[in-house]
Amino acid sequence: MTQADIDVTTLTDWIREYARVIGENAGYLTDLDAAIGDADHGTNMERGMSAVVAALDETPAPDPAALVKKVGMTLVSSVGGASGPLYGTFFLRMATALADGASATDFAKALRAGVDGVVQRGRAEAGDKTMFDALAPALDTLDAELAAGADLATALVAAEAAAVAGRDATEAMVARKGRASYLGQRSVGHIDPGAASSAMLIGAAATAFGA
Amino acid sequence: MKKLINDPADVVAEVLRGIAIAHPELRVDHTHRIVYRGDAPVSGKVGLISGGGSGHEPLHGGFVGPGMLDAACAGEVFTSPVPDQMLEATRGVNGGVGVVHIVKNYTGDVMNFEMAAELAMAEDIPVESVIVDDDVAVQDSTFTAGRRGVGATVLVEKIAGAAADQGRPLADVADVARRVNAAARSMGVALTSCTVPAVGHPTFELSDSEMEVGIGIHGEPGRERMPLRPARDVAELICEPILADLDFAGPDGAIVFVNGMGATPLLELYVMYAEVAAILEKSGVQIARSLVGPFITSLDMAGCSVTLLRADDDLLTLWDHPVNTPALRKGC
Repeated sequence: MTQADIDVTTLTDWIREYARVIGENAGYLTDLDAAIGDADHGTNMERGMSAVVAALDETPAPDPAALVKKVGMTLVSSVGGASGPLYGTFFLRMATALADGASATDFAKALRAGVDGVVQRGRAEAGDKTMFDALAPALDTLDAELAAGADLATALVAAEAAAVAGRDATEAMVARKGRASYLGQRSVGHIDPGAASSAMLIGAAATAFGA
Repeated sequence: MKKLINDPADVVAEVLRGIAIAHPELRVDHTHRIVYRGDAPVSGKVGLISGGGSGHEPLHGGFVGPGMLDAACAGEVFTSPVPDQMLEATRGVNGGVGVVHIVKNYTGDVMNFEMAAELAMAEDIPVESVIVDDDVAVQDSTFTAGRRGVGATVLVEKIAGAAADQGRPLADVADVARRVNAAARSMGVALTSCTVPAVGHPTFELSDSEMEVGIGIHGEPGRERMPLRPARDVAELICEPILADLDFAGPDGAIVFVNGMGATPLLELYVMYAEVAAILEKSGVQIARSLVGPFITSLDMAGCSVTLLRADDDLLTLWDHPVNTPALRKGC
């Protein structure tokens, strides 16, 4: 890591890595969604992230804020469902909190702004069996690691582990948001697809920033 | 999977192409995937748009035309359309006096329409959003995303469309739509699951001897699985929670809507209708008007839903108002 931890190149790596992971796991995400939702999460995210990659190929973004804004706008316009506005809002809010030459702490703050946007749009709370249940522990861990002096790469590896644990914890939860909530108790025993794709987002960051 | 399609990825685009050719009185924006009535925007008339995932045909595109919707936005199969589409449709139907958004209560639809309404209002187009949530199969709304929008959507679009056609102002059209939603309840049953083209296999498994009670319109599993029973028992099973949820025994009776989920023939729907009518008679509910047929479907799902709407004079007058759309036509 250089002095400025975050620049447009590393952020682009993150987004491209996320697109790759989503593409690889689209079937898995859709299967998770088929169990408690409407069997389209993988398909929708793959379509959205393919559109993001196409947009970045066409015009590379000049700076971090422009990059994540473009990612957000593209997701809002191409994903649909609940994931479109939620992931779209996540990146759009990140954009308002990210400047060039940002530090690791600035990056964590931008992620936090993104998650706050998700909460506002989706009105989800901890334990509702949503993407928030993977993202919230990941960001708490990221903040704690950075505060304890870890570098961004190390902190993101710990954050990924927290996101994965948060994802797995959704298996035992009763869904209170989204289509899965119609199932009540029958939603127990299944991992939330949004939590799964969110854990991948943090995992992609660990991969991209760890290189 | 056996379907009359080409590539699963092209289904929505090809449906819109078919609609455009079959119904030259409509105008289709293939870029934004919007079906407009040919003469939109109608100056001085409140615009009415809806939209949602594809797979529920004829909802919503089949209900575009005089007396009903001004435009419908088509999403991918079972996936809400995106804000850009609803914003474009809102601009395209605004006759200068505002636009009503009719939104089925699903997390995705609500969020995408909400973003579109925010953008439209930033352009000084007055928007009233009406959420439809009539499905009694979802009971505990504190711990769920709330009741789903199902059969009542068709009735809201018809009746609010008539109110707009009569020249009522924005707030009144939205109020009519909300009144219909508040007075309507639905419940559905599936005999089979459905297959999303891009997925290729049924969303859930249901054996030949079982049915799923309390299903929505997206192949999401229902409230309870039980052995298949004769039509009269099934009618009882789905009417009982509707009648328990709202009193329909008013002086003006009810509009009764028996809907096919996609793969169930009219023959069975009329068998069900007769059973529903018998139950209503026993319960003291008068049938004011009827609608029978596949109007809000779930791809190739077999099964049906029942929707009751408590009628009043105004709603019946609006129900009888002429409508001219591909899927619903009367009085003209």
